[in-house]
Amino acid sequence: IVTCLVLYLLAEFDDAANLLAANPDATTISIDEPAEIPKNQHGRLQEPGREEDDELLGTDDSDKTELLAGQKKSAPFWTFDYYQTFFDVDTYQVLDRIKGSVFPVPGKNFVRLYIRSNPDLYGPFWICATLVFTIAVSGNLSNFFIHLGKPTYHYVPEFRKVSIAATTIYAYAWLVPLALWGFLMWRNSKVMNIVSYSFLEIVCVYGYSLFIYIPTAILWIIPQKVVRWVLVMFSLCLSGSVLVMTFWPAVRDDNRRIALATVGTIVLLHALLAVGCLAYFFDAPELDFPAPIIPAHNGTTVITKSQ
Amino acid sequence: FAGLADVSISEDIPVEGEITVPVGSHSPDEDYSTLDEPVRDTIMRDLKAVGKKFVHVMYPKKSSALLRDWDLWGPLVLCVSLALMLQGGSADSKDDGGPQFAEVFVIIWFGAVVITLNSKLLGGTISFFQSLCVLGYCVLPLTVAMLVCRLVLLAGSGTVSFIIRLIVVVAMFAWSTLASTAFLADSQPPNRKALVVYPIFLFYFVISWMILTFTPQ
Repeated sequence: IVTCLVLYLLAEFDDAANLLAANPDATTISIDEPAEIPKNQHGRLQEPGREEDDELLGTDDSDKTELLAGQKKSAPFWTFDYYQTFFDVDTYQVLDRIKGSVFPVPGKNFVRLYIRSNPDLYGPFWICATLVFTIAVSGNLSNFFIHLGKPTYHYVPEFRKVSIAATTIYAYAWLVPLALWGFLMWRNSKVMNIVSYSFLEIVCVYGYSLFIYIPTAILWIIPQKVVRWVLVMFSLCLSGSVLVMTFWPAVRDDNRRIALATVGTIVLLHALLAVGCLAYFFDAPELDFPAPIIPAHNGTTVITKSQ
Repeated sequence: FAGLADVSISEDIPVEGEITVPVGSHSPDEDYSTLDEPVRDTIMRDLKAVGKKFVHVMYPKKSSALLRDWDLWGPLVLCVSLALMLQGGSADSKDDGGPQFAEVFVIIWFGAVVITLNSKLLGGTISFFQSLCVLGYCVLPLTVAMLVCRLVLLAGSGTVSFIIRLIVVVAMFAWSTLASTAFLADSQPPNRKALVVYPIFLFYFVISWMILTFTPQ
């Protein structure tokens, strides 16, 4: 085991040496590699956020997990064991990750703090499934309560909307990370970034960041427009901040405008998902059914509005 | 062979012996050779096995009959009957009504497969078809609930009938979840039990929702 360790570290030193030769101004710290590579001097000031990232790297815990991660996923992709490595989480770990996605700690990176090179597919998959059914059921219930008592209303289960919800949410949770990962890889080849995330880590962050929408969807049953929009803003702030704090270190070394555009797009897509679900699955509370026209005594017709 | 031509066997010594190979005992052969029995016996044996499993689901005890001799006849019958009973839901347009037959079928089977895969990926020791068998058989309480709901809806569809249906569906949902958890929980690693039980809860919740929201024409 010690020989393997030494050989692995030597290989990393080789890579680092090559990188240094190519681009002397760049820092040689990469979070995905073992953290024992000595830091080189470089011109820019150390920002506190960077130190914090380095501090997270310096612990033995993440060191071991980095090396273990390198040895973990060695099964070929057509065996069952390969996929089992993505479900290597315990109950308390899943709960911790959910908590981390709902209460963003300022300055701490969700991926580094909670995922620590053990991205799982359990969380993203089942959070998306729960969200699909929560939105469909809540939407159905909310429409039922809004239109209850109206004479022309006949309850329908609206089962079609489940498949639409499923398509939308799974597409968001898998295609947007794919696009983001591709974009980050492309920028990585142009600008030497400190932080680079693997595809599964990005999927993980997105999946867990959708968790806040589950209680939000349940609370959207309340048929008040103000309440619904306050909920949208609140959940968007919480999960949006988790996403921003995760991806800001990955793009901040880039061209300022591209960095801001990337982070802005991430938040915008997140907001679009929330607003789109609210608009499509939940009828507006002030929606009026055409009420019967009651002729008033003086001959003018009055249409009664039901509230 | 030239030398053997001189050898002759005198014809007055009779050659005798037994050609048949003695069989050790007849009972193991008889157990596996069911080709000769009447068809009625075969069908009754399978029906009795299915019936025994239904009883095990309704009164979940620690028995291994459900797991050891798995079969998928029971789940198929339950799934088809549930899907058939969920037909006839009302809709102004075909788009907004309840689930179609194919949708119910797909939800039940695809849901069971996904949950089985999930528990195996998390490190469970149960086999694929055993888990499918248990999840399918535990739909029985919900099928009973569907039957009760349809009968109650024949009587009327006001608030009282809704409350009765709600109570029945919630009770059967709890029964289904507890029964399947009783059978499946032992084969999971101890620190991941909740991760395995939650999808089962979601699965039966979705089926219960479909049953509860069924409104006839």
